[in-house]
Amino acid sequence: MKKGILGKKHGMTQIFDEKGEVIPVTVIEAGPCVVVQKKTVEKDGYNAIQVGFGDVSEKKLNKPLLGHFKKAGVSPKRYLREFRLDDISGYEVGTEIKVDIFKPGDRVDVTGISKGKGFAGVIKRYGARRGPMSHGSKYHRRVGSMGATTDPGRTFKGKKMPGRMGSDRVTIQNLEVVKVDPELNLLVVKGSVPGPKGSLLIIRDSVKSK
Amino acid sequence: MDLIKAVESEQLKKDITPFNVGDTVRVYYKVIEGDRERIQPFEGIVIKRSGSGLRETFTVRRVSYGVGVERTFPLHSPRLEKIEVIRRGKVRRAKLYYLRKRVGKAATKIKELME
Repeated sequence: MKKGILGKKHGMTQIFDEKGEVIPVTVIEAGPCVVVQKKTVEKDGYNAIQVGFGDVSEKKLNKPLLGHFKKAGVSPKRYLREFRLDDISGYEVGTEIKVDIFKPGDRVDVTGISKGKGFAGVIKRYGARRGPMSHGSKYHRRVGSMGATTDPGRTFKGKKMPGRMGSDRVTIQNLEVVKVDPELNLLVVKGSVPGPKGSLLIIRDSVKSK
Repeated sequence: MDLIKAVESEQLKKDITPFNVGDTVRVYYKVIEGDRERIQPFEGIVIKRSGSGLRETFTVRRVSYGVGVERTFPLHSPRLEKIEVIRRGKVRRAKLYYLRKRVGKAATKIKELME
């Protein structure tokens, strides 16, 4: 990983490219982030920078966290995340990270927490097919076979069944950066990203594009 | 939401000819054929406008050789050269889907709006 930034999802829209074709885009408010802590091999066992994003009032934090921010000499932040960068020499505690680390045409991976769907059946959760809704059928949206009979005599682990769906950490890889505006802290990527509007996003350079 | 507007505002057209559902319009749309560009006019009745901001689209319907043809255009597309209002129509619906069931002369019949 070479660079990363935290952001907030604002929603989707569409814009026209230079050919006049419509492209779907997600609008992200990315940064400004600030380095709160620098982790090193000698002290912590690995190299990383801890980054804070989004202002929050002091009242909402507990004393240990407030002390952590005070030690770094930065204002309290809502989110703290780590980036294990290849090279952290360019970062010091207090360094500001802005969207201009990315430029249009770059490829990024975007991580977020997907929208929660609650307790979902097997059709919504795994795309299973349903039975007939009429003609005397009593088998509509249920789970299918649980497996064979006496041999093996049990249901295999990992059998797809109903359960909680969504609210997972999901990464969408290789999204194209369409537009960057450092003044508005604006990052526009092509395609969709996980999560509801207003949720935290972690944006990194793509692992696939080299 | 204002960030979304900031993204859209750059490409929003400010000089769109005002037109409404029910109007008969001629749309000049740029078509790219290989490396050549030409302007293709399309004439018909506006049967709907939908969406807002940069995502707004409108649909034009015409009956060509007895076959109904509908084309939907993005209102703010850079390929949309211009819109010409030929006739202003007086309608009481926002969406003129009922025209799809009409045959013959009735399919294009809309009262003219007199100001």
